[in-house]
Amino acid sequence: MEVKTASFEKTSADTSMTVSGAEAVIKCLLEEGVETIYGYPGGAIMPVYDELYKYQDKIHHVLTRHEQGATHAAQGYARVSGKVGVAMATSGPGATNLVTGIADAQIDSTPLVCITGQVGSHLLGSDAFQETDIVGISTPITKWNYQVTRAEEIPEVIAKAFYIAKSGRPGPVLVDITKDAQFASLEFNYKKCSGIRSYKANPEVDLIQIEKAAEAINSAKKPMIVFGQGVILGGAEELFKEFVEKTGIPAAWTILGLSALPTKHPLNVGMVGMHGNYGPNILTNECDVLIAIGMRFDDRVTGNLDHYAKQAKVVHLEIDPAEINKNVYADFPVLGNVKETLKALMELVKPNSHKEWHNRFKELYKTEYKKVISRNLDVNKQDLGMAEVIQEININTEGKAVIVSDVGQHQMAACRYSDFTQTRSNVTSGGLGTMGFALPAAIGAKMGAPEREVVAVIGDGGYQMTIQELGTIFQTKVPVKIVILNNGFLGMVRQWQQLFFDRRYASTEMTNPDFVTIAKGYHIEANRVTDRTQLKDAVKAMIDHDGPYFLEVKVEQEENVFPMVPTGASVSDIILE
Amino acid sequence: MEKKNFTVSIYTENNLGLLSRIAAIFLKRHINIESITASPSEVPEVMRFIIVVEVTEEQIKKIVGQIEKQIEVIKAFYHTAEEMIYQETALYKIKSSEFLDDLNVQAFIKATNARIVTVTPKFFVIEKTGKRNEVDELYETLKPYGLMQFVRSGTIAVTKNEMPITGILEKFNTTNSIS
Repeated sequence: MEVKTASFEKTSADTSMTVSGAEAVIKCLLEEGVETIYGYPGGAIMPVYDELYKYQDKIHHVLTRHEQGATHAAQGYARVSGKVGVAMATSGPGATNLVTGIADAQIDSTPLVCITGQVGSHLLGSDAFQETDIVGISTPITKWNYQVTRAEEIPEVIAKAFYIAKSGRPGPVLVDITKDAQFASLEFNYKKCSGIRSYKANPEVDLIQIEKAAEAINSAKKPMIVFGQGVILGGAEELFKEFVEKTGIPAAWTILGLSALPTKHPLNVGMVGMHGNYGPNILTNECDVLIAIGMRFDDRVTGNLDHYAKQAKVVHLEIDPAEINKNVYADFPVLGNVKETLKALMELVKPNSHKEWHNRFKELYKTEYKKVISRNLDVNKQDLGMAEVIQEININTEGKAVIVSDVGQHQMAACRYSDFTQTRSNVTSGGLGTMGFALPAAIGAKMGAPEREVVAVIGDGGYQMTIQELGTIFQTKVPVKIVILNNGFLGMVRQWQQLFFDRRYASTEMTNPDFVTIAKGYHIEANRVTDRTQLKDAVKAMIDHDGPYFLEVKVEQEENVFPMVPTGASVSDIILE
Repeated sequence: MEKKNFTVSIYTENNLGLLSRIAAIFLKRHINIESITASPSEVPEVMRFIIVVEVTEEQIKKIVGQIEKQIEVIKAFYHTAEEMIYQETALYKIKSSEFLDDLNVQAFIKATNARIVTVTPKFFVIEKTGKRNEVDELYETLKPYGLMQFVRSGTIAVTKNEMPITGILEKFNTTNSIS
């Protein structure tokens, strides 16, 4: 007897029909509600592309200009829509080009299903043309992966792939399909996966742990919340807001938690971590109870762990058991989907306001405002600052836009200064710090939320890592707005060279091309701002434009991002200048 | 925290590629695997890995967490030597000429419950099953006689406590109505 290791939903009637493996792939995607996929054709995936041609009225395939772009676009799509992003590529170089996006999705818990073609199964292991062991390569950076060598496996494997990608703590999954499995035929009968016996997506909520956590929260005099993407992934934003409002606890965010709570919410006290706000960083080391919600204590958040919140009792709401006690010891671990655990906790926590404690945050904000924020926004300094540009985007989009940022100084400016009023609005590469992420991710984000304004904010360095995706924008006419904050440097590295390497600017200065001409070459409307006086009109023209738009803004060359927790320092040793 | 030997028992689905997923967890943390074995377990279609590593208890807890996170891992446990009943087997190949006349060695083999597996005019093969240190002791004793070959198996072990795998699988079957 065959042992059943997974459960599948029952289908009503017997709808089975004979199809090829390649057609089965498309039918599986349709069964999972996939409307848009990103990819690049090639030899080993051609049978599937042939079926895509036949199904083009049902499924929209976006041809990116590089497979890395396909994964990032799929990530952007997933991040704004909450659906699973799908990327497709051929074997060999097609598959290896997916790697950066897969690694990014793994560390930022983004649900992706990547489908790669593979050489015929009789050629496996023979170093055939475009053969690469993508299952081996992607093992450490996927939540799950599998190589299909028989057509009959396709429906069950793809059903499992979608279930694994989106359930529990989401993540990327890769399904590699040999060419002969794409050509062979099978009896197609699709059943969605509903469980896998060796995998527990949502840990059971332990009410005793909830009670203990509630007690700790209720007796706290100086509690502080740090929330991460778990709030968004769990769809718990409303519940979280109610929780914050009921308990009156100051709430700070990690870079991926941003936009789960409106930026201007009175209890939102800003960002924690290396370039986070002054108050929440300093007060991490003063609070008596630290309530971590759907976050994983990344080193960019904690700084030196030996001096991180040692005085505080830690309550940790988390879906992934492996994150409990991984970096910071949790006195009160609460396992589960935050949507369930917060709901249970809500009933037990007492209303409070913590007024005096709030005043501490306000005082420290005043200090930060005086030393950092007012300077960043100062319109009387000589050159344009990055924060001024973000501010102008806020004004023109009324805080409703999705802001997609790349990696570096501009990313910190975008996260620190963007005004978000709704969730799933901040799309950025957090854990992996992937330069080149933003342009393709913005394409996916706009397709995932076509009704929303999507503005990509990118540095001149990262932009050139995936600049070829302008071709995708031109071809699809996807109306994304692209803002390049051009300082002529790999700014964040330059900042470190200035501060920690005695101003030895090794390979950080960039001789850049004429970005406006390049955009125009792709028939994308483009403009350049070289002076503060042009900024207001230029941003307005960009937002008002119906269609894709490129705006280059020349900003101060050697601006530094502050506040800053230097590497190896404690979060409370954050410096302001 | 002090480093010591921990035995990790991992129950998994029988899946190609899982070994490299598990090995990668150790590799990523620069932890040397002292021994590893894989075999079918007491549950049909379920594999059992036994991995011995020398780490701190804090490290082993995190590693087991990462192992359990893998989709096809049903359950992973770690145990100290005291909590396990464990054995390993070693084979020692020795030149007959060096060995035949030495009564001390023959007596020692008898005393340690080692067994002579093969005798040829040219070499002897001795087998020893026991605890790791017993295998080591015999190795030290035989080394002066010129070991032609030496090979040892990974540690195999069972726990003193029950392993609740069947229960975990049954629970899944009932809640998902799989017969």
